Amino acid sequence: MASLIGLLGCCLTSCTPPSNVENALDDQILHFGLGAEPQYLDPHLASSVSAHNILSALLEGLVSEEPKTLKPIPGVAESWKISEDKLTYTFYLRDSAKWSNGDAVTANDFVYSYRRILNPNLAAQYASMLHVLKNAKDYHEGGIPWDQAKVGVKAINERTLELVLENPTPYFLELLNHYTWFPVHPPTIIKFRAFERIGSAWTKPGNFVGNGPFILSDHRINSVIEVKANSLYWDSDSVKLSGIRFYPIEAVDTEERAFRTGFLHVTQTVSSDRIDYLKKQHPEWIHFEPYLGTYFYRFNLNSPPFDDLRIRKALNLSIDRKLLVEKGLKGGQLPASTFTPPETGGFTGKPAFRFDPKEAKELVADYLNDKGIAKLPPIELAYNTSEGHKKVAEALQAMWKKTLGVEIQLLNMEWKVFLSTISNRDFTLARAGWIGDYVDANTFLHMWRTNDGHNNTGWSNKEYDQALKLAEQATDKKERFRHFQKCEDLLAKEMPILPLYFYVHVCLRHPSVKGWYPTLLDHHPYKYVYLEKEDAP
Amino acid sequence: MKKFIFSRILQAIPTLLVIATLTFFMTRFAPGGPFDSEKAIPEEIKVKLESHFGLNLPLFEQYLLYMKNLLKGDLGPSFKYVGWNVSEIIALAFPVSLTLGVCSLIIALVIGLPAGIIAALHKNTIWDYLPMSLAMIGLCLPTFVLGPILILVFSSYLKILPPLGWYSWPDLILPSLTLGLFYAAYIARLTRAGMLETLKQDYIKTARAKGASPSRVIFKHALRGGLLPVVTFLGPAFAGLVSGSFIIESIFFIPGLGKFFITAAFNRDYTMVLGTVLFYATLIIFLNLLVDLLQAILDPKARQES
Repeated sequence: MASLIGLLGCCLTSCTPPSNVENALDDQILHFGLGAEPQYLDPHLASSVSAHNILSALLEGLVSEEPKTLKPIPGVAESWKISEDKLTYTFYLRDSAKWSNGDAVTANDFVYSYRRILNPNLAAQYASMLHVLKNAKDYHEGGIPWDQAKVGVKAINERTLELVLENPTPYFLELLNHYTWFPVHPPTIIKFRAFERIGSAWTKPGNFVGNGPFILSDHRINSVIEVKANSLYWDSDSVKLSGIRFYPIEAVDTEERAFRTGFLHVTQTVSSDRIDYLKKQHPEWIHFEPYLGTYFYRFNLNSPPFDDLRIRKALNLSIDRKLLVEKGLKGGQLPASTFTPPETGGFTGKPAFRFDPKEAKELVADYLNDKGIAKLPPIELAYNTSEGHKKVAEALQAMWKKTLGVEIQLLNMEWKVFLSTISNRDFTLARAGWIGDYVDANTFLHMWRTNDGHNNTGWSNKEYDQALKLAEQATDKKERFRHFQKCEDLLAKEMPILPLYFYVHVCLRHPSVKGWYPTLLDHHPYKYVYLEKEDAP
Repeated sequence: MKKFIFSRILQAIPTLLVIATLTFFMTRFAPGGPFDSEKAIPEEIKVKLESHFGLNLPLFEQYLLYMKNLLKGDLGPSFKYVGWNVSEIIALAFPVSLTLGVCSLIIALVIGLPAGIIAALHKNTIWDYLPMSLAMIGLCLPTFVLGPILILVFSSYLKILPPLGWYSWPDLILPSLTLGLFYAAYIARLTRAGMLETLKQDYIKTARAKGASPSRVIFKHALRGGLLPVVTFLGPAFAGLVSGSFIIESIFFIPGLGKFFITAAFNRDYTMVLGTVLFYATLIIFLNLLVDLLQAILDPKARQES
């Protein structure tokens, strides 16, 4: 009987088709867990990580990324020149850069693209990324027509593009790797009347004309987005993958199952409950990679008791961030003692947010004394529904209860309800997170400017605004960092926020995936990626 | 009969209008909108963005516009899957759900009906207890437990079936089985109850007394009455099956209608919510009508009433 079952097992196994991962060693197709289905595949309208993952295969900007450090290396531009005052960048485009329909990629295509994203009628969510260009803001938000606005982008000739900046921006070249700076193919945009219209069909397979290492070959919503190697790409010889299949699997458990059964090479994330198990059983699969993001809470400064600095400070001082990260989250996150993650574009703020329950108690006692009340009123903490956010909120609830004796009421909300609660400032204390768009402290610190759309705390400080402005204008690195430090100091002094930890990107990756390196932005230029038997060096 | 069908179709129109109206306003009263995201958009851009989709018009005007387009059969563009129309998405997703639903239903009937009939004929014996206990387990075991168990056995250990996806026909087996077994359990219990009820009737005794063979008694006389509760259940069950199951679609990563239906609400994808709700409503109305017709064929009493 046993042998019969064994025989049956053998028969069944022998007729089993090989898994995606096994096949991939021959066909060089990467199977990629995308997480969410992107809302747009138009680089000028896109606003998500999943869109980046696809667009970086389909399009290429003036520069591209070195796979280990993400340092800018030649892309469509084979070289560039930066003026003395660091305000003028001249890019020399390579002759071999082609669109996937065979047209040459020209300087005018970039002018057209930048004009399109900045066009106020397109209502591009991320157009402000281009405000570093001279006069771009005037055209985009000031209602000045293109011809009069003199935006700092000019095609000197077919192959030479000049970009003039508002301020010396040391991270400008890195910025060019954000999808908002990717070019679009003007004849395609014109054909689909997509210049200032959202929702045209130009991004569908068959219509999409790109200039990246891959071309869009299939898109089935909630099922698969497939790209194939582009033979017209200027560097197609170094592209080793023959294609990538992106699967928008939103359910974390399903994604893990897909990985374990050889359906996926890479997952987007890992369920926090599974980290311990996977760390022990499959250390070869699980990867912890630093990620440019901060998890924090916002205080509403217009809502008592947070109108009083002492309470904001007391709440900050009574959190043991190290304990939270090590015993609560266990995902390798770093406790946050500043708002900007360390080593962001070379800048590391001085640790300022610390743990001191004694001082916290004194501050609260002082406050209660002043107000003539016996204890703090209950405080509502809002977060969007998620197991992870709940875990953090409960840990803090316990810490605050223990140290300060304050009652925290947890208020979980559905995502869109939560977003509108935050933007209407209809909260007391709320969870938040911020992922950097580029590797520079500016991407973190700019949100605390007075009236910035992301501020939402009611906090405003002229010194802060001034310091950030000076940082933007500074040409000297040391001077810039001094201004950034000033900003960090002001945040730590007035505490409109409560930074908790810096993100870590946790994912599963099959050992056969080579040429894939941990990077701060979780970018992995696909042209360097290849698949090889796991035991090969 | 024709009159009956015609009047039912006429009744459906106001029902759908009411559903469309209620859904339209209910989605709009929910806080947040389709273009809210963690990275805030400047107000002036949001206004422009909304005007692209006609969301800047007064609410009632939007409603009239939607209804006007609806009468022309236009469900509008999706806000979440920009560049796709709602009807286009339904046209892509419904066949998937339909295939899965029909396969599950076949599995459910093929397993459930015989099990129920056997149990009823051998009341209070092992042939009753065994299938009914299994059915009880089937009912209690949620699909989100059964699905992963089946994947574990057939994909992880035996490696004979794909764990997820919707790319080739073997992908159909595990999800249909997961969904089908649940409904099979239900159908088995309903069939048993219906059969037991019918077997007690006088006309069965008469048939037996007249010397009809046991198989004739069962298939010709008892089954017609015994299946009535099953048929009543099948209408809404079939509508539920073919309109997609969010859980099964998540577990097996299937691009069916269920996921669009559920996530549309989370995304505040107004047109998508309306489109899927109306589609689902139409489906239920149509299937209920079908059930009534079937019942009329099976049950002479119901025929007279209608």
